[in-house]
Order: sequence, then structure tokens, then C-alpha cells
Amino acid sequence: MSSPILRLVAQRILLGLVLLLAVSVLIFAGTQILPGDVAQAILGQSATPEALTNLREQLGLNDPAWLRYVHWLWGILHGDFGTAQSSGLDIASSIGTRLKNTLFLAACAAVVAVPLAVILGLIAVRYRNGFVDKLISGLALASTSFPEFFIGYVLIFLFAVHWQIFPSISTVDDSTPFLERLQAVVLPATALTLVVLAHMMRMTRAAILNVMQSAYIETAELKGLKPFDIIRKHAFPNAIAPVVNVVMLNLAYLIVGVVVVEVIFVYPGMGQYLVDHVAKRDVPVVQAVGLIFAAVYITLNIVADIAAIVANPRLRHPK
Amino acid sequence: MSNELDYLSRRVAAGKLSRRDFLGRAAALGITATFANSLLSSAVRAAGPVKGGTLKAGLQGGESTNSLDPATFLSQVPFAFGKCWGETLVELAPGGGVEYLIAEEIGSSKDAKTWTMKIRKGVQFHNGKEVTPDDVVATLKRHSDEKSKSGALGVLKSIDTIKADGGNVVVTLKDPNADMPYLMADYHLIIQPNGGMDKPDAGIGTGPYKVTVNQPGVKHGGERFANYWQADKYGHADQVEIVVVNDPTARMAALQGGQVNMINRVEPKIVDLVKRLPGVKIRAASGRGFYPFNMFCDTAPFDNNDLRMALKLAMDREEMLTKILRGYGEVGNDMPVNKAYPLFAGDFEQRKFDPEKASAHYKKSGHSGSILLRTSDVAFPGAVDAAQLYQQSCAKAGIKIEIKREPGDGYWTEVWNKQPFSLSYWGGRPTQDQMYSTAYLSTADWNDTRWKRPDFDKMVLAARGELDEAKRKKIYRDMGEIMRDEGGLIVPFFNQFVDATGKGVEGWVDNPAQELSNGHALIECWLQA
Repeated sequence: MSSPILRLVAQRILLGLVLLLAVSVLIFAGTQILPGDVAQAILGQSATPEALTNLREQLGLNDPAWLRYVHWLWGILHGDFGTAQSSGLDIASSIGTRLKNTLFLAACAAVVAVPLAVILGLIAVRYRNGFVDKLISGLALASTSFPEFFIGYVLIFLFAVHWQIFPSISTVDDSTPFLERLQAVVLPATALTLVVLAHMMRMTRAAILNVMQSAYIETAELKGLKPFDIIRKHAFPNAIAPVVNVVMLNLAYLIVGVVVVEVIFVYPGMGQYLVDHVAKRDVPVVQAVGLIFAAVYITLNIVADIAAIVANPRLRHPK
Repeated sequence: MSNELDYLSRRVAAGKLSRRDFLGRAAALGITATFANSLLSSAVRAAGPVKGGTLKAGLQGGESTNSLDPATFLSQVPFAFGKCWGETLVELAPGGGVEYLIAEEIGSSKDAKTWTMKIRKGVQFHNGKEVTPDDVVATLKRHSDEKSKSGALGVLKSIDTIKADGGNVVVTLKDPNADMPYLMADYHLIIQPNGGMDKPDAGIGTGPYKVTVNQPGVKHGGERFANYWQADKYGHADQVEIVVVNDPTARMAALQGGQVNMINRVEPKIVDLVKRLPGVKIRAASGRGFYPFNMFCDTAPFDNNDLRMALKLAMDREEMLTKILRGYGEVGNDMPVNKAYPLFAGDFEQRKFDPEKASAHYKKSGHSGSILLRTSDVAFPGAVDAAQLYQQSCAKAGIKIEIKREPGDGYWTEVWNKQPFSLSYWGGRPTQDQMYSTAYLSTADWNDTRWKRPDFDKMVLAARGELDEAKRKKIYRDMGEIMRDEGGLIVPFFNQFVDATGKGVEGWVDNPAQELSNGHALIECWLQA
């Protein structure tokens, strides 16, 4: 572990930060060029010229755009996202609870989905082109091909209505005890697992199969190792980089793309929060959520990059 | 025989005999199951409400942008939760007329301009203070102030002065209005301590439940207020809870799985399936809401009454009712009011689908080419299908309709009340005067048919100031006739509110004013073991 790898990692992180800054400019600019005037939008039908002037003054709309951007960014760096226009609530505290819920659901789904996908991928490689491989691939692809809401409804019908084992409404709040919280997210987490499983599983399978063509695998086979040990010890470590990439992409999806599942299971996460505020044209909230989502994507991608760098023996052991 | 049945049904209501045993014995006495069941439910009601338990509702219409400030109420969840924690001066009674809450009685001067409301004594807010006339005055003043952006602002515009006078509140109006008590039933006008001037979203009112949980767009909850002034009538469950469930399938599943006791907005297309579920009851109440096709009377080609008449005659109302609402509604008659309104004359001739007459009027209008109709999913459930059905029935009369499907986002700001021919919905108002004043006066902001007729305006004002009911009814009859034959709206049907309750929910009262028994379902129902 010497300087080149550290330098590469530092470079990635720095690039990520620059990218995040660029995204923040884009988000700010994007919401500025939306048609209509914020003050007009807030006051609606009851807008009188005096009220408009007052509100513009109050919101600082008379300042030039770059100054407003600096104020906005400065606030965010200090954890101040401003207040929501529609409800007047502090954005940071409203987002806090929601973000926690979203991360909890994503974590539950990931804890099941990632190991499951990798193990299924390994098994598929071991019995490649045989019945087991086709069964695993077939089931995983089928579950991914169904739309999320369909999987959700089927789960609700079976587990909440027919057998009544798990609740169909997953509403949780800060006071919900951990075990109840876990029980509440069983169905949504299952639905999400089924949605993301195939992508990761197929990628694991493809990456390992790629490595399996190498000469050193043949050597391992010739020295008499069991097929599963070959895959686990020799093939998988060398296939890890592309797998991590796909895993990270799916994790990002679990955090930023689950609004449909949230709606079906009535789970109070970020997706529904964003959609509600977009419908109300609540720009500060949309900006804040947009920035958080961008940060999640960028962070996870940096992690994937770093994992790929660290997993590369040529970079780990420079000559 | 009937004595024995009475006795048995009372035993069931008291929990000493099972429902199954009762039905068995009733059958032995030669009674049909339907009749026996109806006997049973009246016995349950007569036995009185059961106190205790938690009553839960899964409702559509809540957003994370909601607030507890009654001035901002717009969707169903804040509306229904508001009825749990707050009360208005009066309410709309299920059979028409008003139910007196904070106001004990309301009287008017002969010219219907000065109204005196006697404020009930001994009604307590959740913070322990008693309601005073000053609180009422402050509430009305806050909502009539432009700055509050209250949803009741339009209703209160006609008020000139508000002041307290001993135990009364006296309101004077700019113009006479015989319907003034109905204005006070607006659901935004929840009486708050000092009118909510200090903290509008404190959630402190005089309702049967105190606010304990307030997570906008997720969940609201309340616990019974010990000092509620009419505890025998409302507030039977120990706790009430509203979970926001915007997805219709999820709502139905929650009811079936027993996670909630009642839901709103059951989709008409699944009602027949839902009816068969054990314990689930459909609560359908005909209301004042309707789904109009709006034409701008001042914009070509709709400025020609022959064309408007052709388009009205080309509407197959019966087919629309069966296909779009599955019968959960009643056919409309091209006017914005129906028999659910007080002072409605029932002797109008029903307009029917008549392609030949429609075609004749169409030819007379001299219009040629297709007519553009705008629709969207958000106009009302099934609005896109309704437009297509209409296109087909128009084709039978030789009228070509071109449908443009608009995106749901922005429909209410860019299409409704902006484009000359579009689909929409109206929730209805408590009185004919309010309905006509909201949308069919020349000066109304929401005049979504551009109906600008000075003679019609005069009739609206004349009816409003008329205290003689027979004369008012006559004026309203004439107005309805004009609307029907010359107005800019085609009304295929009035919809019903279709709600559903789960096992053991008793005490439901149908109310045409709004869904969920005018929002009272949570406070007037109880859980029968």
C-alpha cells in the first residue's frame, strides 16, 4: 500500500467533490430557468403588487443569481437547507427522518439482495449451462421483468391479505421499535430485492465466467481443486471490480429510485417527499433533495471506483 | 314472534348471543336472512355506541406538504382530520339543513343582512380554555383576511363587519344572503383559540379528539378529549388514526388485511368484487359532486347555442353512468345542481341522448370540421374513457370530436378554466346559491364556462336575498331551466361518494355533503366487538 494507490484514491475523491459542485450549479441553474416567478408561485391568485414586492425582498430575489447561489451553498455546507415554501417547515429536519427511513429500507434490501445475488451467481457459474444455472437465471430475470408495482401487489395479496403474516402498510416513525420496524419493511424490502437481484446476479456470473477462461484456472483445475473452491478462491477475487460496480449502481437505485414501492407500501421515504414537493413547485425542497440524491450517486460511484482500484493487484503491488 | 325477535336481537347487540345463532333462530321463525340482518343492525344502533378501541382510516388525499392550519386545508386527509380535532359554528346535517355546534342558534334581521349567532357556553378547547365570542370573531377575521390565504376567503367576501356582542357574534353582510348559516359550515372555519392568530397550525380546537400524532403525508392521530361537550354523540373510540394511503389497491388491501377500519374512494370498477368480501360494507352516498364537460360560451365555436345544444344532445348519459361509474351515481341534466340541494325543484324534463336532434342542431349551427376536447386522468377517475365514449356517441350524430390527452401535472393551471372545451369536476356546494356564485356569475374567478349573462346574475342575487322559500324555489327553478337549455356545461352524471368499512364498524350515517359521512366517520362510528 504505497503512494500510487493513495494518490489514485485521493484523486477520485477530489474528482467526486468537483463533480458534486458542478451538479449543485446545474441544480441551482435548472430551478432558476424554470418559467414563472417564485414569489408569484407562492402567492398564487391572491398576488397583489405590494405583496409581490415584499415577498421578493424577503426571499432575496432581487439579488443577482450568483450571490443567491453562494448563499444557498453556504447554508447547505452548514446543514441549513432553508424552509419549505409549502408548509413552512425546516427542510433539514423533515428530510432527516425521511432519509433515515429510506436508508433503512435500502440497507435491509441490500443486506439480503447483495449476498444472495453473489452466491446465486457463484452457483450459476459452478453449474453453468446446466439446469440449475438456467433455473436461477430464469427466475431472476422473470422477477426483474415484472414491474415493481406488480411484485408489490402480489406480495401484498399473499402475505398481507391471504395469510395475513405481514402488514401491507409499512408506516414507521421515530418511535417505532427496531423489531417492529424490521417487520414493517419485510414486504417492501422483498419487493426491492426481487427487482435488483437479476442485474447483480447476471453480472457476477458473466464476470466470473470471463475469468474462468484464463490459464491459471486451468492450472487450478489440473492440480485437483474442487470446482467450487476454484471459483471462490481464484476466479471471484479477480472478478470483483465489475461486480462491485453493478452492486453500487443497484444500491444507488435502492436509495433514489424507489418511489413506486414507497407509494404501494405507504412507506415514508424520500421518493414520496420529493414527488409531493415537485407537484407543489416547492423549489428549495426539490433543490435539497436533488443535491442529496446526486451526492448519494457520486459517493457510491467513488466507492465502486476505489474498490476496483484496491482490488487490482497491479496497483496494490507496484513494482 | 316479533317480540321474540326483538328480544333476541337485543341479546346479540349486548353480546350475549352470537350473530350466527340469531340468524338460525330467526330462520326457524320463518324470517329471511336479509330481513333478520337488517333487524340486527337497527338493534345494534339502538343499543348505543360502544366506547373504546382504536378506529383507523386509510385515506387518499394527503401530502407531505399538508399543515394543521385550517386555512390551508385542501385535500381529503386534512379535511377528515380537521373534523376530529376541530369544530365549526355549524355543520351540514345529513338530511339537509344545519346542525348546531359552537353556535347554539342563528337568527337574522328581516332583510337577511344582519345575522346574530348565539355562542354555546361551556365548550372547551383542548388547552382548557372556554370558547368565547371573541375567539369566534378572531377566527372569522383571520379567514376573511387576504393574507391568511384561507380556502374560505371566497365564502367570507360578502361579510362587511364582524363583532362580539355579549354572548353573541353579530355579522353584517354587504348584500342580503338568506343562506348565511350555510357559509359558516365551511370546513376551513374551525374555531381556534384567539382565531389561531398566535399559532395557526397548533391543532387546538374543540373537537372530540386531541392531536397526538401529526406527520403530514404519512399519519395523523388523536386521543379522546376528556372534556368534550357532547361525548354521547361523537368520539366513541379511545383513539383515532388516519394513515395516508394514496394507492387504491394498497388501500383496499389494508382494509382487507384488517390494518384499517375504513377507506375512502373505492374505485367503482372494483365495488362489485369488494361487496363479496366478508365483513366489508360499501358506503355509497349520493352527493352534489359532478363531472362536467365545460364549453366556453364566449369562444367560437361554442358561442353558438345550437352547437352547444347539439353537443348536449349527443351525450349518452345512461351509457356513461353504467360504463364510467358502474351505476354509482345518477344521470345529470346539464345544470350544476341536483336533488341533493335544498330548494331544488324536481320537475325538470330529463335530457336524453338524441342523435337525430343533435345532428339537426349541429347542421343549423353551421359548424364544420372537428371539435377539440381536452381531457386528462386527473380531471376525474375515468375521464379519458369518458372522453372516448363521448367521441363515439357524437360520431352517431355526425359530430367529429378530436381528443387531446393532457398531462395530469399542470392540468388545473393550464387547461381547466383556460381552454374552451375540457373535462373537469366540481365537488358541489352546500346550497344552490353557493354553487351558482362560485362558477356561474359573470364576475366569478372560476367561471369555467364563461357564462356571462347580466340577467342571470340578477336572478342569483335576487334569490340570495329572498327569505320567502317558495319564491326562492321558483327563481332557482327558472335558473336551472336557463342553464340546462343555454348554459355551457354538459353534465353526464353526478357521482356518489363510495367509501368502505371493515368488520365491526357501526354507526355510519350517509351524508350527501362530503365523502366519509361529511368527514364525520371517524368521530361518529364505533367498533362493535
